[in-house]
Amino acid sequence: MDMSEEVLQQASPGLIPGSGTARAAKPTRLSPSVISWLQAGPMMLVFLAFFLIPLVFVVIVSFWDYNEYQLLPAFSGRGYTDTFEGCIDKLPELCTIGRTYVMTLKLCFMVWAITLLIGFWVAYFLAFHVKSKTWQMGLSLLCTIPFWTSNVIRMIAWIPLLGRNGLVNSGLVKAGLINHPLEWLLFSEFSVVLALVHLFTFFMVVPIFNSMIRIDKSLIEAAYDAGATGFQTLVNVIIPLAKPGIVIGSIFVITIVMGDFITIGVMGGQQIAAAGKIIETRVNALQFPAAAANAVILLIITFLIISMMSRIVDIKKEL
Amino acid sequence: MTEKTRTNGLSRRTLLKSTAGLAGLAAGSGAITGFPYVKSAETKVLRYLGTAVNEGDDISKQCLKDTGIKIEYITATTDDVTKRVMTQPNSFDVLDTEYFSLKKIVPSGNILALDARKIKEFGNITPVFTKGETPGGKKIGGQGTAPWKVLYLEGKDSKKFATSATEFVTLIPTVYNADTLGIRPDLIKRPISSWSELLNPEFKGKASILNIPSIGIMDAAMVVEATGKYKYADKGNMTKEEIDLTMKVMTEAKKAGQFRAFWKDFNESVNLMASGETVIQSMWSPAVTKVRSMGIPCTFQPLKEGYRSWASGFCVSKGVSGPKLEWAYEFVNWFLSGYAGAYLNRQGYYSAVLSTAKAHMEPYEWAYWMEGKPAEKDIKAPDGSLLEKADAVRDGGSYEDRMGGVACWNAVMDENDYMVRKWNEFIAA
Repeated sequence: MDMSEEVLQQASPGLIPGSGTARAAKPTRLSPSVISWLQAGPMMLVFLAFFLIPLVFVVIVSFWDYNEYQLLPAFSGRGYTDTFEGCIDKLPELCTIGRTYVMTLKLCFMVWAITLLIGFWVAYFLAFHVKSKTWQMGLSLLCTIPFWTSNVIRMIAWIPLLGRNGLVNSGLVKAGLINHPLEWLLFSEFSVVLALVHLFTFFMVVPIFNSMIRIDKSLIEAAYDAGATGFQTLVNVIIPLAKPGIVIGSIFVITIVMGDFITIGVMGGQQIAAAGKIIETRVNALQFPAAAANAVILLIITFLIISMMSRIVDIKKEL
Repeated sequence: MTEKTRTNGLSRRTLLKSTAGLAGLAAGSGAITGFPYVKSAETKVLRYLGTAVNEGDDISKQCLKDTGIKIEYITATTDDVTKRVMTQPNSFDVLDTEYFSLKKIVPSGNILALDARKIKEFGNITPVFTKGETPGGKKIGGQGTAPWKVLYLEGKDSKKFATSATEFVTLIPTVYNADTLGIRPDLIKRPISSWSELLNPEFKGKASILNIPSIGIMDAAMVVEATGKYKYADKGNMTKEEIDLTMKVMTEAKKAGQFRAFWKDFNESVNLMASGETVIQSMWSPAVTKVRSMGIPCTFQPLKEGYRSWASGFCVSKGVSGPKLEWAYEFVNWFLSGYAGAYLNRQGYYSAVLSTAKAHMEPYEWAYWMEGKPAEKDIKAPDGSLLEKADAVRDGGSYEDRMGGVACWNAVMDENDYMVRKWNEFIAA
């Protein structure tokens, strides 16, 4: 029995004629469900050990009390009440956590929209305009070049470019376009979004490209033959079929940006609030339960966004 | 002890041969505590956890040459050092940390106080640490976590600070400095003499402070006091109302666009200043030196309200005992014996034992760094690079003037938790 037959056999037993005899020949054979468990097992164990169990600990610790130098394993909602301090009293003004999340979500939305726009067209170009497989490969590799150096270096490289006396400002001043250097180029929301887009567009390109490359070209031809315009083909054929890639890319970008505090810190001049930054400050002050509570809140909000997105597209079905 | 180890080792070998190997291994592992006596001819290694301030290749090399002790540096930021003491107290032997961290570290019971009687130079440690005054008799400001408040413990295993001298020392002092604002004289073009200038609208969009809450708020308090808005009972231990007031002043300034950026580490502060993004900011002395060594004018500006000071020293992990503890004492004694002190002095820091450091420095170096006199010759950094040309005078003058001008010390407040929450609010504003 060759491999493909065996796979088929596992996928839907009884599909292949004569499989009954094969089973009789090898009576010690494991049942398909056991094999599936064995196949999924290693990943499940990794997932359990490195994600689920630590996560359970984080949730537990978030309900502990703490003092300056230790965790007190007694039930306490202090991590949460401290986090939402003043949220009701201050209404209609936003409290710290509210403002922080509004800022984080705002940055997240901007980065998502821009990376999606750029990522989609880069992927479109790679999938439909570049005909040769070699060129497709070569150009995809080209997209990874920024990843050959560390995140931090790529961020810091923006500083001499965008600074008050940086290349961009001195260029604009010399060209006579502005009189004074633009202050908002660096240490601003602009520079944060710029750096994040620069860092993460690739995470959009790859999944979208991956979906697009699988689109049957005859579908596009059929649309063309049926008289659809380029725009109609894009909206009615390509975008729906690339949806899984778009959603996966979006999940990458949104989860990374929601948790980021390094890029927002460096490019925002440490002055822009981020959900991740609150966690870092709390951890540095040895207030682990408060940090854990904030991590749980961040997780819930990110989870809500992701589940909203998967409402729009059923990834399981599309894959 | 040696006898016992040998017997154990023997029995282990015999047992291993027999079928009960597993039980033998267990017995053998029990003997490991006695091992170092047998292995004392081998390299002595100490794992040294600390911030980069006291650490240097030259120091570890010289130490190995003089004492045979190999130092393995584990470098971390002050916050991370504290975190590590709390969570992994067995991952280091010698701890080099700041006095203000003691309010968190000592109650955790993860460190071992050193015995002052075993420190050769303890009697020669500068009175800055022991009495809160300079050798010349100037009284030093004690606001915040001043070292003399947390220098002694009541007993060997006590978690309480003693109010008078005992033989159990929390941290054997090594290095300290008086911090102030750094400025770009070429871009400001006028004398600066007060902390209040940090919030002067003249420098709108060109000022910065550090985003390390416990230190940042101290600088903010120096500013608030300088503007005459409020006088604190203790800047290093504010009440909730005082924290609110301080953060309100800072928040208003932030909203008005006073700050260009905040910084978190040494390099960020150097970059901000060197690139001209900021012209006035909280800064550390070696960062100012670094900017200057890039050929950019930068002054560590003495201010009339005084300095915010910090100090650090050595202790050991609670897990350290036996010969390793002896090496730790040997290392600490070596550190205070002059080479390291002179090395630190030449970087612009101050050594805890002045007499030994002086013996390891040239008279002209001592005159420049410690006496505030114009340099007779070019002043070189420990690595040999040129720091100052002849005739230069150190910012802030002599040791007496600088340490005598200290107004407060880096601190952990009783209301630290509240302060951290307010700091997050400030960043979100």
